[in-house]
Amino acid sequence: MTMRSLAAYLFVLLLAFPAHAVEPDEILDDPVLEARARDLSKQLRCVVCQNQDIDSSNAGVARDLRILVRERLVSGDTDEQVLDFVVARYGDYVLFRPPWKPTTYALWIAPFLVLAIGGVAVGAVLMRARSRSTPLGLSAQEEAEFADLKRHLEQER
Amino acid sequence: MKRLLVALPLLIVLVIGGFLLWGLNPERDPNEIPSVLISQPAPEFDLPPLEGIDVPGLARSDLMETGEPVVINVFASWCVPCRAEHAELTRMVREDGVRLMGINYKDKPKDALRWLNNLGNPYERVGTDLDGRAGIEWGISGVPETFIVDGSGTVLYRYVGPVVGDDAVRQFSTALAQARANAGAGS
Repeated sequence: MTMRSLAAYLFVLLLAFPAHAVEPDEILDDPVLEARARDLSKQLRCVVCQNQDIDSSNAGVARDLRILVRERLVSGDTDEQVLDFVVARYGDYVLFRPPWKPTTYALWIAPFLVLAIGGVAVGAVLMRARSRSTPLGLSAQEEAEFADLKRHLEQER
Repeated sequence: MKRLLVALPLLIVLVIGGFLLWGLNPERDPNEIPSVLISQPAPEFDLPPLEGIDVPGLARSDLMETGEPVVINVFASWCVPCRAEHAELTRMVREDGVRLMGINYKDKPKDALRWLNNLGNPYERVGTDLDGRAGIEWGISGVPETFIVDGSGTVLYRYVGPVVGDDAVRQFSTALAQARANAGAGS
């Protein structure tokens, strides 16, 4: 591939931008509210596509929820009130960041617990390896032999 | 202490293996979203009737004092499984004396009317939910969905997807029979 065609290729790649599910008629006039709406939409799970947030989903229900989120914001809800509104209807399930409560303790703690167990295991192995290896430096006998050799060398010179 | 440490890897494998085994269970549906409505009063909604059909619309207040379990079915003419489910619902109304209420979800009234005229109308009430807002109040993720609501407006059961086929019908009928038994014991 010549340098030029490579450059052209890269240029075409740059032209591609991510497609947005948010349609123009949904967007609010107030940029601050719209930014909050986008932010909230990214925290809410689309209930039909499940691994997608409603901000990037083209599903009908996701669109309805996006419009709902914007309506709530326009009517003066705080971010928290909007999320609570949706959670009241769809449950904690719609939140990408699950809340900290008894049913989710395992979910939140497990990764750190596994990390701690791994850390302790690695530490134990390292400690044992260190205690087994002989200390650095020479023993008294080696020291004496070395001094002896050195003296011999010096005499021969 | 040392013995315990030796057993630790085995323990970890067992725990992780247990989780994987649980994940393989064919009965478990990872797509299932638990409904928050169960054991809660029916959500707030008020839907106008479908023009051209001789049954009234549907609102929350219609569910509060029915005195017996009723079935709420969310349907649409554009929903293909709904067509199959329609036959089953009609049978339940005719043979089991089920009281059936419909929420016509995001449908064109003209299409819904034609659909019900063609297939017959098993619904005692039909509310038209043009913008899908009542659907959100009910926490639905698609159509069809079917709820059982007791005589005083408390949601008892939710079935996601069409009540079609032996398994689905058995599950739904069991839930309905239970609701009726409880209503009988309560009154």
